[in-house]
Amino acid sequence: MITTDILIIGAGPTGLFTVFEAGLLKLKCHIIDALPQIGGQLSELYPKKPIFDIPGYPSVLAGDLVHNLMEQIKQFQPGFTLNEKAETIQKLEDGTFIVTTNKGTEHHAKAVAIAGGLGSFEPRKPIIEDIEFYEDKGVEYFVKDPELFRDKRIVIAGGGDSALDWSIFLADVASEVTLVHRRNEFRGALDSVEKVQELKHQGKIRLVTPAEVTGIRGAERVEELDLEINGSHTTIATDYFIPLFGLTPKLGAIANWGLEIEKNAIKVNNALDYQTNIEGIYAIGDINTYPGKLKLILCGFHEATLMCQSVFNKLNPGKKYVLKYTTVSGVDGFDGTRKEAEKQVVKAID
Amino acid sequence: MNEVTIKITDREGIIHEVLAPTDMAMNIMELCRAYELAPEGTIGVCGGMAMCASCQCYVLNEVELPEMGPDEDAMLSEAFNVKPNSRLGCQIPITAELEGLELALAPE
Repeated sequence: MITTDILIIGAGPTGLFTVFEAGLLKLKCHIIDALPQIGGQLSELYPKKPIFDIPGYPSVLAGDLVHNLMEQIKQFQPGFTLNEKAETIQKLEDGTFIVTTNKGTEHHAKAVAIAGGLGSFEPRKPIIEDIEFYEDKGVEYFVKDPELFRDKRIVIAGGGDSALDWSIFLADVASEVTLVHRRNEFRGALDSVEKVQELKHQGKIRLVTPAEVTGIRGAERVEELDLEINGSHTTIATDYFIPLFGLTPKLGAIANWGLEIEKNAIKVNNALDYQTNIEGIYAIGDINTYPGKLKLILCGFHEATLMCQSVFNKLNPGKKYVLKYTTVSGVDGFDGTRKEAEKQVVKAID
Repeated sequence: MNEVTIKITDREGIIHEVLAPTDMAMNIMELCRAYELAPEGTIGVCGGMAMCASCQCYVLNEVELPEMGPDEDAMLSEAFNVKPNSRLGCQIPITAELEGLELALAPE
């Protein structure tokens, strides 16, 4: 069991910054995220796009902001449970919580901060009859372990970066890679498009365009796919079908935690500390709602800061504390490092 | 008047006739959000970067729209429930030329 002070659900900018504010108050954090990497939407949707309204940054690439946040919080040694979804929550008699993921990882925390953005990202599934039946029986929406496809025949569908990148990567792993896309044009980084072209010419990737997978066949698992190529129909034998049509956010299991939900967001007390209707569970960033709510990263940072103060006060009732400024008091990491302003000298000049 | 009238059929099939400001640098996706024609989190997920297709809509009448850019075209090539009259709402800025436009939101 993983134990921590604040369990943060969501490794987006708000969740990451929470680690810093909590760290200043000597509270340890652990973060769960459904995606295999940190950064939330910023990493998943637009890492190379600029953001112009982060205070102090006239322009910052979303990916760089995530990188900088990670750099800022690393002193506080956050733990991560990535590629897993927070599924159930149990409140214990002492007011602490146990949060269990879809893979059974248990986390014990004194407070829970839901910083889940729009929800956990789930694959967009193509509209193909019986596709659910074949899930984990040849249909895979993510490439979690490339070794699964070692010496197998695979069909990837999609026209974006992930379809291109995985086709390139798996060309050296699988025995046969077929890339199916509705158009002849692909949208991705130029070098990925060129690499696929090169691999096609080398006979390592079979490109089928403009085409669509319209059906799946197989008694127990995927054996064949129906393809519609330019209006005519054909079938292709394969071991795996990997549709990569992007991700869509879903509130998911959190919707069943007994939290007050309004307009797909979690209602919180914004007059005080962004706590939900359940004591000890907070919601910060894009996932919460209150009168006047703005879904901005900078608002998420503010919410995280106030929430951490509230958690500290609840965990240390009666303890005297005043807000400190990092410029004055420095930052002491849990890893033994210390950041501080350079000391001035007081010295006579001869 | 810096407003145009646009008719939008929501995902439940209800038709809304809404006034859209032409001077607020808004687009059709944002208009739908402003009037809450689709639940938060089900439209404009990527914020308007033509990267998610959650604002896909069908253009129902002959009103001249700005031409489709390569990003929108590529996104629609990967989206579901796409028809020949599909567009991404986030890529259609609200201008005086949109007066009388009729749209239907595509399924989620």
